[in-house]
Amino acid sequence: MLGYYIDLAVRSLKRSPGLTLLMILTVGFGVAASMVTYSVFRAVSGDPIPWKSSQLYVPQIEMWGPKGHGGAGDNGDPPDALDYTDAIALMRDHRAKYQSAMYMITPSVVPSEAGKHPINVMGHAVFNEFFAMTDAPFKYGSGWGAADDEQRAAVVVISEKLDQKLFGGANSVGKIIDVDGKDYRIVGVLNKWAPQPRFYDVVNTGGFTTNADDLFIPFMRAIDVSMANDGNTNCSEIPAQSGFKGLQLSSCIWISYMAQLDSTADAKTYKDYLDGYAREQQHSGRFAWAPNNRLRNLHDWLDAEHVVPTDTEVSLLVAIGLLVVCLVNTAGLLLAKFLRRSNEIGVRRAIGAPRAAIYAQFMVEAGIVGLSGGVLGLLLTGIGIHSVSWVLPKDIANLAHLDFELLLLTLVVAVVSTMLAGIYPTFRASRVQPAWQLKSN
Amino acid sequence: MSLHPILAALRKHKAGVVLIALQIALTLAIVCNAVFIIYSRVEKVHRPTGIDESNLLLITQQWVGAPSMDTPAGVQQLDSMLRQDLDTLRRQPDVTSVTSITSLPLLNSSWVGGVAVKPGEQTPGKNDVHTAMYFGDEQMIGTLGLQIVEGRNFNASEIAHKGMRDQGEPPIVIVTQDLAKRLFPDGSAVGKVVYFDGSSTPSTIIGVVRRMQTPAVGWGDNFTWYSTLMPFRINATFSRYAVRTRPGQLDAVARTAAAALYNGNPLRVIDEDDGVKRFGDIRGDAYRADIGMAVLMGVVCLILLAVTAAGIVGLTSFWVGQRHRQIGVRRALGARKIDILHYFQLENLMIAGVGAVVGVVMAIGLNRLLMSKFEMQSLPVYYVLLGLLVVMVLGQIAVFVPARRASNVPPVVATRSV
Repeated sequence: MLGYYIDLAVRSLKRSPGLTLLMILTVGFGVAASMVTYSVFRAVSGDPIPWKSSQLYVPQIEMWGPKGHGGAGDNGDPPDALDYTDAIALMRDHRAKYQSAMYMITPSVVPSEAGKHPINVMGHAVFNEFFAMTDAPFKYGSGWGAADDEQRAAVVVISEKLDQKLFGGANSVGKIIDVDGKDYRIVGVLNKWAPQPRFYDVVNTGGFTTNADDLFIPFMRAIDVSMANDGNTNCSEIPAQSGFKGLQLSSCIWISYMAQLDSTADAKTYKDYLDGYAREQQHSGRFAWAPNNRLRNLHDWLDAEHVVPTDTEVSLLVAIGLLVVCLVNTAGLLLAKFLRRSNEIGVRRAIGAPRAAIYAQFMVEAGIVGLSGGVLGLLLTGIGIHSVSWVLPKDIANLAHLDFELLLLTLVVAVVSTMLAGIYPTFRASRVQPAWQLKSN
Repeated sequence: MSLHPILAALRKHKAGVVLIALQIALTLAIVCNAVFIIYSRVEKVHRPTGIDESNLLLITQQWVGAPSMDTPAGVQQLDSMLRQDLDTLRRQPDVTSVTSITSLPLLNSSWVGGVAVKPGEQTPGKNDVHTAMYFGDEQMIGTLGLQIVEGRNFNASEIAHKGMRDQGEPPIVIVTQDLAKRLFPDGSAVGKVVYFDGSSTPSTIIGVVRRMQTPAVGWGDNFTWYSTLMPFRINATFSRYAVRTRPGQLDAVARTAAAALYNGNPLRVIDEDDGVKRFGDIRGDAYRADIGMAVLMGVVCLILLAVTAAGIVGLTSFWVGQRHRQIGVRRALGARKIDILHYFQLENLMIAGVGAVVGVVMAIGLNRLLMSKFEMQSLPVYYVLLGLLVVMVLGQIAVFVPARRASNVPPVVATRSV
């Protein structure tokens, strides 16, 4: 039967090529527009570490008090980064399975070859558990140990890209590199690793960045050598003292923090610990206010930080609107097309075809239109994704890509939505009264 | 022409009419909002920053193995390195002036603080005035091409220097006209004192510039024009220089500037891609997202209008085919071609009119949704009215082809049986 319906549908579509083409174009453009914007949306709203995002948490502590609040858009949340005092206290208490305070650095690396200009690299000062917590993939070697953190050892983990630049991609573990004029021993080389959004330090990267981190050094080592923080620094009051030391003593926030807590019970315990810590600070007189802390898992944290650009959401909404218009349009055209064949339907019904058969026939026809539109949509989606790279900012456009999942989704959306649009026209077609049709002829 | 026969005919095919009207309504709602988005982006991109944007370069560099910026001796050393760079750049051919500077409008790297007219005032909340601070020397105004509307520029003897993390408020500052008006609404700001970041050290305003945008991109919309110029060379392990070249010599200077700096002191990094930047590129990067959004919305509008027009053509063609015989009868009874044409045009006008009215309501609803969720602005009424006109005209254009075909149906059709 299906073969027969397909045959009928193709004949019918061929009979009015203009109308058919119009429907296919409509479906194709509608689906492609929503798929292109969806691919961008999918890229920026994706989970950068899906297997673990529910176990990674970002603590926030109210260290500014009421005077840090009240600006435009304030929702009562504590600051979104930590000051030095609290970050170090949390690290010292070490209550999570893994945890790391971190800050952004941009030191210079001097190539050993004479005559080459020094290069600027981006990186983070982190604690040893950072690598296990973020599942950073190692190509050679590994991260450093707890003892290295303690001894503030001059060790470094570098990216594959930096390894390529300095050592031609060879296993450079054990080699020495010059970072900001001081020697560091390489303990590990990472494989290509640039999670988007840069979930471990959203505050400084804004989530998406075209630059990848090229090196990681021990946090306390960076503090010891006064390696400048290159991310954001926010203060609610002027630090009492000058310099990097003054920054460490101040309540200015410039440190990101992440902790791994394997179960919700652990998270609850950790939140209690944070509140207990804040109460302690209140008792000791450092905080003159009641605890106001947050502990969000990665998903909620990315939400709270508005990592997905507003423009992307608006575009998706508008594109879905476009798809709806295209479907309303297709529904109208299908209705016209189906009702034009009232005679044919009348004859079929008169010689015994049940309503279900009419249903099947016309849904198959709608499905074929949807499939053809979907194939056109695939082509247009491909072109569209290719073109977004010159309209959207690079950090976002680079993320949108065509993959099997998107191809399949394009076809499915095209077919399903066209069949949805075809339901009412098909219903009308199945209600055609055979007697009336035959009589009028 | 009486509307009655049209209404009677429309009642015969309600579903098609509802679908077309709905489509027109949705199109109107989306197009109004999309065009409004395009307009607001274009307007934003075309705002002048207040500086003379042509023939302007920004150089960013970082010293390698630089002395600490936290010790007085280190700061002294960093300052002499910075002055050496300024000297090198000022001696370059085709360079007219150079200043050390911490940022530029649209660079998205800012130094933001609070400013108040009373000492020690930490006032978070609605009345808190934020300002973006630019630190530079006496050539800052000239290099950036800012216009002083009142008061005077800094002179060379007033320029101090300090480590990036050192405290200390400047004794004198220059502010933008907008900031001056915000702080001193009743009269001249020149000669008045202000206090930065809750400090109790006064800073006297010695000059007011017409306009200067902050470096913020995509945030800080509540203080876009509140900039303050501070007479300091800032000493850090990195530095930035704004360079004004002779007209037409921008590319030449851009090519040789980095080499000249390396020549003076090779122990530094100047990024190959972003180390030397033309202001035009800074502007391009800053507004890329806005232009992209405008283009995207433009494409969506075009597709929408095309689809809707095509839908009207398609459905009207069908109706014309369906009513072939009736048209023949009307023609045989004496209706002129123009009457048939007008019939379909009027019919479309009615359907589009109903759709457009519904669309106006939907456009405002969509705008309210976008406002509540995405901080969009309120849609001006004339946009909606203009959109209404556009879809009505679009409907008339789309209906013309099938309507004319209808008007060409010969009266003899009436006599034939189908």
